[in-house]
Amino acid sequence: MSTAGAAAPRAPAPPLRTRPRDTSASWPLLDRIGLAFCWAAGIALCVIAATILIYMAIKGVQYLRPELLFSRPEVAVDQSGTGGFLDPLAGTLLIVTVAMAIALPLGLVVAVWLTEYGRPLGLARAVEAGVEIIAGTPSIVLAIFGLIVFQESFFGFLSFEAAGGSVFGRSFLTAGATMSLIALPLVVGATREALQAVPNHLREASFALGKTRISTIRRVLLPAVRPGIATGTVLGAGRVIGDTAIIVVLLGATARLEAGDGPTGIDTLRGTGSTLTSYVYNNSPVGEGNAPEKAYAAACVLLLIAILLNSLVTRIAKGRRGGAAWIT
Amino acid sequence: MADSTTGASASAQPGRASRRWSDARAEPVLAGISALVLAIIGAMVIFVLVSAWPSFAHNGLGWFGSGGGPVDEQLRAIQRSPAEPSNYVYELHAWPLLFGTLLTTGLALIFGLIFSLLSAVFIVEFAPPPLRRLLEPIVRLLAAVPSVIYGLIGILALGPLLDGLISEQRKEEVIFVVPLSGLNLTLATLILTIMITPIMIAIIVNALRSVPRSWTEGAAALGVNRWRTIWKISVRAARPAIIAAAVLATARALGEAIMLSMVSGSFGFAPNPLDGFSFFFEPVRPLAATIIDNAEALSVKPLGQTIYAFAAVLLVSSAMLSFAGWAAKQPMKKYAGRV
Repeated sequence: MSTAGAAAPRAPAPPLRTRPRDTSASWPLLDRIGLAFCWAAGIALCVIAATILIYMAIKGVQYLRPELLFSRPEVAVDQSGTGGFLDPLAGTLLIVTVAMAIALPLGLVVAVWLTEYGRPLGLARAVEAGVEIIAGTPSIVLAIFGLIVFQESFFGFLSFEAAGGSVFGRSFLTAGATMSLIALPLVVGATREALQAVPNHLREASFALGKTRISTIRRVLLPAVRPGIATGTVLGAGRVIGDTAIIVVLLGATARLEAGDGPTGIDTLRGTGSTLTSYVYNNSPVGEGNAPEKAYAAACVLLLIAILLNSLVTRIAKGRRGGAAWIT
Repeated sequence: MADSTTGASASAQPGRASRRWSDARAEPVLAGISALVLAIIGAMVIFVLVSAWPSFAHNGLGWFGSGGGPVDEQLRAIQRSPAEPSNYVYELHAWPLLFGTLLTTGLALIFGLIFSLLSAVFIVEFAPPPLRRLLEPIVRLLAAVPSVIYGLIGILALGPLLDGLISEQRKEEVIFVVPLSGLNLTLATLILTIMITPIMIAIIVNALRSVPRSWTEGAAALGVNRWRTIWKISVRAARPAIIAAAVLATARALGEAIMLSMVSGSFGFAPNPLDGFSFFFEPVRPLAATIIDNAEALSVKPLGQTIYAFAAVLLVSSAMLSFAGWAAKQPMKKYAGRV
């Protein structure tokens, strides 16, 4: 993003808003103190971010070994013997897949319906508010909701049954389905915003060619908003990867992928496991594993993934409107 | 896209029944799927409140009060309650947990608001262009760091540092009341502040940028210096967005579970401001962190219902905050800014 573009949406704007020769030396003392605080806050931000990055980088160099990525967790007393985090990595991948497989279509439909149809108005308003409410609901509450719902016997097919015939409610499918609620508002938001930015003459041209509204959506609008959809997907995936509360409550957070003895694919999804986040949590001093070295190593990988996704969003957004892609 | 256009184009091709998606069918289908969102919310409210009801019903308003001994003891008693449903123990006075939530959220909000307002003003107005180009990705990065990493840094790096500040003597004095350690209110508030700041900065920066340029230019033309221009004109005009940012940040702070369960000391205790300096080193445990700490024991029915009650409190407060945030954002729409 260029400086001018960042300062104002109109492209060829001068970088400074007021007279450039107005130096702070001529200001009253109080204003100068305020300015000093502003500088302090800005520099503090840089220092905090640099500290986190450098600290994690040091720990990563210390503890992160390639073989950790490819070995499965073991049970051991000593933390040198607890193996790597292949299973949590696979778990993260599974959870993201399941969550986005639900959130992406649902989010697309909601966004398209809200911008292109939006009738009856009352329902549209309600859905809009509903998406905001979901976005504002803490993930721990969503986790509890998921647990309550998926322990109903109706959803028994999604997870294993405990000894007494009661439904366990904890599996990749249930955790992924709950996670999709976290990603949903981000997908809806990004897609909606992109749809609203599509100029109306595109729609009108398509209608003039005799296309129906739904085929206009499919053939014209959706291809046009692909970057928006991608942004929403990546943002959503990032949120899913970073969330721990739902995993701890709904995935059982077992170190290995615990599948039953049925056909592998489905049974893994119905089984419990862990993701990178819950692996970090369980290996921190509050968890059962208490292997800080492993926790640091996994946290490094997690941070790397988060940074990668973050830069991906910036990359995608760069092409659009030249505007800064602020976090949503 | 007038409605008549589509109506005409749809009816102009009546013979093409092979078209998989006719408009007449697509719209209700899409609307139905969208309404699923409402169904999910309805189910969430009903399921959580119904599951939580026994805990509220047994305690009445006392649920929100204090007393009845340490709250952790009460939770343990609930967990050990007899197997027959008629003998379930529900006795709970959750004030220490509620107070912990209020304290961490409130303090983080106050510090976060000041910090993010100053940073946003800096980014919009005063940062030299190279620094501004650096700050925007930094804000995004801070927002993208998973909470478990913040927690890990807190518990392994900052906790021991803070621990060194408390004298052994003081620890021994109060050991029978509360264990003091590096994992305490100060650390929880500090990290929570860092976690909620980026979202606030992003919203406030967007709002400050959408303040009509002519307003600030007018002030500059009158000879008002840059600090006063941004402070008296832009920040004032962006007040609704600042409130909205604060509300959203509150919702996030309220629901933060993992990080707080890692760094807040995980001891159900209401820090007492009358304890003087020790107040800042007393452990807390907010509601959300309590849910995480008891995640393993949710299958014990009365404890599960008690935990669901915590979730219900969080759900109701966050829904109210969502509404407040939406209401606060409305005045901002007249600047056509994307808030």
